[in-house]
Amino acid sequence: MALYSDKVMDHFQHPRNVGKMEDADGIGEVGNAKCGDIMRMYIKVDEEKRISDVSFITFGCGSAIASSSMATEMIKGKPIDEVLTLTNKAVTEALDGLPAHKLHCSVLAEEAVKAAVKDYYDKNGIAYDPETLKEGECAACHLNDVHADNP
Amino acid sequence: MYVYADNAATTQVSQRALEAMLPCFREHYGNASSLHTPGQKAAELLQQAREDVAAAIHADHKEIYFTSGGSEADNQAILTGAQIGARKGKKHIISTAFEHHAVLHTLDRLKKQGYDITLLDVHENGVVTAEEVAAAIREDTALVTIMFVNNEIGTVQPIKEIGAVCRERGVLFHTDAVQAVGHIPVDVKDMNIDMLSLSGHKFHAPKGVGAMYVRKGIPVSILIEGGQQERGKRGGTENIPGIVGLAAALNESLETLDRDMAHLSAMRDRLIEGLSKIPHSRLNGDREKRIPGTVNFCFEGIEGESLLLLLDEKGIAASSGSACTSGSLDPSHVLLALGLPHEVAHGSLRLSLSADVTPEQIDYIIASVTEVVEYLRNMSPVWDELERGVLAHQI
Repeated sequence: MALYSDKVMDHFQHPRNVGKMEDADGIGEVGNAKCGDIMRMYIKVDEEKRISDVSFITFGCGSAIASSSMATEMIKGKPIDEVLTLTNKAVTEALDGLPAHKLHCSVLAEEAVKAAVKDYYDKNGIAYDPETLKEGECAACHLNDVHADNP
Repeated sequence: MYVYADNAATTQVSQRALEAMLPCFREHYGNASSLHTPGQKAAELLQQAREDVAAAIHADHKEIYFTSGGSEADNQAILTGAQIGARKGKKHIISTAFEHHAVLHTLDRLKKQGYDITLLDVHENGVVTAEEVAAAIREDTALVTIMFVNNEIGTVQPIKEIGAVCRERGVLFHTDAVQAVGHIPVDVKDMNIDMLSLSGHKFHAPKGVGAMYVRKGIPVSILIEGGQQERGKRGGTENIPGIVGLAAALNESLETLDRDMAHLSAMRDRLIEGLSKIPHSRLNGDREKRIPGTVNFCFEGIEGESLLLLLDEKGIAASSGSACTSGSLDPSHVLLALGLPHEVAHGSLRLSLSADVTPEQIDYIIASVTEVVEYLRNMSPVWDELERGVLAHQI
């Protein structure tokens, strides 16, 4: 069996919405270079509080790039309220699954989206429930800490 | 174009090894312990292979023990050294921080059993010195185990000098020579080696077969109990096809060793020169003290697994020491032992060539790696911060 599903390989090889955004309304960055993954998500929000545009740049493995790409597709055009319900599980399912030790990549994707929304709220003085949009503390680093050997 | 550049992981079985093996499956399939004619034919093949392997490393055939591979040989040799030491009340073992896990994990186990383990620093260039080994030897040192060639970065250790120090101080010396035998000259007599591990599939023999050399007079500890195979030191019916394939591949490697070393060194140098042109790249390990054929680079601002997958798409098979390829959050212990920061070690690439590699393939690798590194940097927030000066370049 291949390491990744066809969906993951497709999003890794042909990432959607990749690149920096100069006039973003919100920018969220999560992860840690030391651990090997950093995602930066840019969002543009229209008057109807919809994500009118989104893009990302990611330092990380194939599943990190694919998770970022999939997350951007899942939130593009969606109202912010709906975007905040995005879960890592949904990202993983949309990718037809991830290997167990790569699940943290989908967690990072969820956190990156939420961090971008939080940044947008903060910049525009919009109140929000701090519980839903907690500061990311690289939760991924504490997940799936599988210490296998090099092949 | 297709380039298999992961020969340090494993190699293609050579035509000659395959042809030597084939009769062992349906023609000479006897058990080498049997008294009948087919059994004795198998015993003959086994003996010839043992003599060939012994000759290849300048040992006596009675000093060769066939095993299931390099890992088993490492386990058994270290156990042998540890138990001899323990009988004399010596429970200190010296090794290095960048050994293969077959060695490091065996040492971890011995540590739990009360042994004291010293892991020598391998410095930024990935080479230990005989002086450092000498300085670490104590009254209670039972064994020194230091790899001949590092599997990830390809640096060659001063084995002969280390062997001389150990011999002089009366300490047993084992070397994991899995990446050396069949690639560079290895002479256990001249290099003062007491025990050595080798593995067939690193030099175009099949997987699942290796050998351990133990100098005459050293009592070998048993890892696998069983029959009287391998002079009673390794139970289990001998893997005749594998052993015959190993000997054939080793003979073939040695016949072409000089020519292959010259060609591979030239190809390696062409590769190093080409990849060094990528900005903020770094060759890992000493430039000179390195095996022909293995190159390891770090590229700042990118992660190794995505690099590997994109190279694979271009038909290039390579490997990386990034955390994502190991299933752990930590990058390769070898690269960390060189003092590389985690974030740089994540962006590593190992290319290990075989003797049939062409200059066109090398140029294709250089062009492909250059293109993929640039592509990944363009979508990397780390590279973005390095370029904007938010982060400082480390290489």
